[in-house]
Amino acid sequence: MSDVIVQSGQEVVGVSRITGPIMIVEGAANVSYDEVVEIRDGQGNLRRGRVLEVGEKTCVVQVFAGSTGLSIDGTRVRFLGDTLRIPVAEEMLGRVFDGLGNPLDGGPQPLTDHFADVNGQPINPTARIYPRDYIQTGISAIDGLNTLLRGQKLPIFSGAGMPHDQLAAQIVRQATLGAPTDVPSTEAEQFAIVFAAMGVKHDVANFFRRSFTDSGALTRVAMFLNLADDPPVERLVTPRAALTLAEYLAYEKGMHVLVVLTDMTNYCEALRQISNIRGEVPSRKGYPGYLYSDLASMYERTGRIRTSEGSITQIPILTMPSDDITHPVPDLTGYITEGQITLGRELDHSGVYPPIAVLPSLSRLMKDGIGQGRTRGDHPRWGAQLYAAYAHMQDVRSLASVIGEEELGEVDQKYLKFGRAFEKEFINQSPTENRTIEQTLTIGWRLLSMLPKDELTRVSLDELKQYYQGEDAKH
Amino acid sequence: MSEQVGVVTWISGPVVRARGSRYVGMLELVEVGEDRLVGEVIGLNGDIITVQVYEETSGMKPGAPVYGTGLPLSVELGPGLLKSIFDGVQRPLPLIEIESGSFIGRGMRLAPLYRKDRWKFNPTAKVGDVVSRSAIIGTVMETETFEHRIMVPADLFGTLTWVAPAGDYTIEDPIAKLKVGNEEKVLTMLQRWPVRRPRPYMTRMRGTTPLITGQRVLDTFFPVSKGGAAGIPGPFGSGKTVTQHSIAKWADAQVIVYIGCGERGNEMTEVLQEFPHLVDPRSGRPLMERTVLIANTSNMPVAAREASIYTGITIAEYYRDMGYHVALMADSTSRWAEALREVSGRLEEMPAEEGYPAYLAGRLAEFYERAGYVETMNDHIGSVTIVGAVSPPGGDFSEPVTQHTKRFIRCFWALDKSLSSARHFPSINWLDSYSEYLDDVADWWQEKVGKDWLKMRNHAMELLSEESRLSQIVKLVGPDALPDEERLVLETSRLLREGFLQQNAMDKVDAFSTIQKQIRMLELILYFHERGLRIVKHGAPISLIHNLPIVDTLIRMKSVVPNEELEKMDDIQKQIDDQMSQLDVEYR
Repeated sequence: MSDVIVQSGQEVVGVSRITGPIMIVEGAANVSYDEVVEIRDGQGNLRRGRVLEVGEKTCVVQVFAGSTGLSIDGTRVRFLGDTLRIPVAEEMLGRVFDGLGNPLDGGPQPLTDHFADVNGQPINPTARIYPRDYIQTGISAIDGLNTLLRGQKLPIFSGAGMPHDQLAAQIVRQATLGAPTDVPSTEAEQFAIVFAAMGVKHDVANFFRRSFTDSGALTRVAMFLNLADDPPVERLVTPRAALTLAEYLAYEKGMHVLVVLTDMTNYCEALRQISNIRGEVPSRKGYPGYLYSDLASMYERTGRIRTSEGSITQIPILTMPSDDITHPVPDLTGYITEGQITLGRELDHSGVYPPIAVLPSLSRLMKDGIGQGRTRGDHPRWGAQLYAAYAHMQDVRSLASVIGEEELGEVDQKYLKFGRAFEKEFINQSPTENRTIEQTLTIGWRLLSMLPKDELTRVSLDELKQYYQGEDAKH
Repeated sequence: MSEQVGVVTWISGPVVRARGSRYVGMLELVEVGEDRLVGEVIGLNGDIITVQVYEETSGMKPGAPVYGTGLPLSVELGPGLLKSIFDGVQRPLPLIEIESGSFIGRGMRLAPLYRKDRWKFNPTAKVGDVVSRSAIIGTVMETETFEHRIMVPADLFGTLTWVAPAGDYTIEDPIAKLKVGNEEKVLTMLQRWPVRRPRPYMTRMRGTTPLITGQRVLDTFFPVSKGGAAGIPGPFGSGKTVTQHSIAKWADAQVIVYIGCGERGNEMTEVLQEFPHLVDPRSGRPLMERTVLIANTSNMPVAAREASIYTGITIAEYYRDMGYHVALMADSTSRWAEALREVSGRLEEMPAEEGYPAYLAGRLAEFYERAGYVETMNDHIGSVTIVGAVSPPGGDFSEPVTQHTKRFIRCFWALDKSLSSARHFPSINWLDSYSEYLDDVADWWQEKVGKDWLKMRNHAMELLSEESRLSQIVKLVGPDALPDEERLVLETSRLLREGFLQQNAMDKVDAFSTIQKQIRMLELILYFHERGLRIVKHGAPISLIHNLPIVDTLIRMKSVVPNEELEKMDDIQKQIDDQMSQLDVEYR
């Protein structure tokens, strides 16, 4: 233990305890909360860390790369006097970085004098613009029933083994700014993409890279990779580094940015690990009580502001442990994000791609981005009707499994047929199929027309007259 | 006023410890560090002062100064509150935007109420008047139609020795002088009140007037009385916020205080952009003119989230004391409870259930008890109604915040995920919800609509709970196995669900129903049942009733018949008569 008191910027030898990635340093003065430190081990190798708690003589430091090889007396710690910052520049598109923002692709450090705090700052609600422009993803279950808007945060709730990566890649590939069906679509606007991987396998990262390459998007993508075998603590910085670049691109450079974060469950586990080692009081399933605020500090870095043309749209992906939507990670995420796209195991098993379970899915902002002048006038009620009919079909289906299909009434049999067609023709589409909103609406009306007219109480009478093509269309 | 009282020794997130004066008081407002971040003293132990800081503490160092103010955390009260949007400690967000741009900077010290505006003061008291606490001494038109009553501060009383003549004054200009004992106090339109202390009133009264929200499932089935407290628990995506917004838009309160406590930034922006364009059906003025917004979104500092609830309720009580009916929405109290938990955790307090501090129930009780229908100190009648959203983890209502909340509210609007999945909005489950105010407000209904509302409401509830029992059977054996009388119950219940309980907030006609429309709709649906029952008893098959065109008409009447054209309902009743009579004749 050292009694030497030093100023920040100088090295101290004063590590008194190391537990997992947490280190207690004594004898450093003038250390500030949340400051970055540089740690030199016995061999002279450098790694970085961050101050989690600071007292008069001791402070708690979190080591990003983990504490393997650090010793009590052989470790030197340098306090850098600033919070964690990463360089941000437009040139970072097309590049690959590690979880802390250092180049991984062999290229040089981005040339910029713009360094931004990875923690960002909260957007003032009065400075926001409420999202209203819809994004056409070409996927019916999203565009039609869970419309994504620019500036929205819409996570994908998935489970192990389900094709969430393919779906995210398809969204990224096909996303364009939507236009109303009665306005000829203008030049497809392209998104800049910021991709952050937290604790995912190499294969997954490679899949995304291949997918970006194939679609020619690679020059518009910045990737931040913290893979499964990288230090877990670094994961806590990865999404923040990615969002810091996204904020720069969106709000300083006026670009439309799509941020894909995968997999948030791994992030939360890293947070739990740190919290655990620090001996904090856990709330549910051992996760810290501040998990909600911590997640919010990332998810809320989405949106549009008045002083910039740009926008940030977030698509976090998370795998629900044992498909449990009430698990703290999806649960707290759902409370913060503006809806969720939920993938269903049953649909996946029956070969439907994308297996989007529409009933537990939701886009909260949808109502403000669709309808007359945005998509088409009938869209809102059309969507409500499809939802209601499909929900009723589920009841019918469970009844049929008890009493048998033949025992069902005539109308309910029609519902069953509708349900099957809905899953096979509406939800189901090829990973390369890019449907316009017009096509999606048309398929929906064709399916609704399988039901008797007087069952369709959610749509207006005028809409029935215009679009309904069923048997009793005439009366 | 602010002198250094201590030196920071330890920092962990929003919790800071300092060593210093033993004269700093509990809950005193302090300023920490060179940036003078605002905080509140939450613990004292010898010369160790524990402070919760309302801003991000990144970059703060031990050794930083702590300044005392000698005052508890207070809000500014006076004309100019309406139409405002504040953060959790009442800093004006629009001014912060001017000062620090689109992102909220640190150490902003901005006065909550704008000092330069001049208000037309109209005195109503005169020199020599002996005035009590909260006595009204003048008025100001805060908006074109809202009269802001200027009161003596709630902790002062005495004799007026001077009253300003009518004219334009800023909120800091003297408008009266009050002799309190041997001292003369200068009164301004601006006053302060500590947020954690309830404002005084004369007596608490029984609330017998419902808060009319225009939402049929609430007004007709589960009413809350003015001065009551209601809770809206529900898992994510079940429509808490939409319900809160609907109440904020349509409730017949004169002032709305909306607290966005740890929720989404875009939601507050939506209110900010929508409310100025929506017209209050009662005053004909933009809804924003009766609204005060407190926005402490989920990514804003957590300690200020804890304070936001108190900031909001104190402003609500202030308007109540003028003799107004105020409705306060808190979305969501769970985030507030989590803020308590986070600060408690950093203090290393012994946790009770799920990591929440043991004083959670006490804090919830204190908050909900600040609702009430009261006679104010100045002989007016005013009320504060609290509608608190609860966000139970995983939608599990047995968790501590929901359970404790249930102890202190009398009206429970349980949101149901399966209803919202089927796009049944508002997705309030009629079987899990309850209101203990039914008897309290029954006379009011009788007086306003001249019909036995409670009897009709209870009859409808019976049908709905009967439906729930029958649908269990249907799930096992199919609907055909039921006798026609019971299938009629299913039919009528469907009308109640789709035609009455479901309400489309986006539809111009349907978004708001007057009580007259509500009772008439209910009456028609029950009338349909009564007539149908007679025919079924005569042996007519249920399928004929099901296929009557009137069924579709009854489901669509909510969006076809506007509030102003209720005579059209008579036509619908006639259609029921005609179509039923025809069946009646065939099967008699």
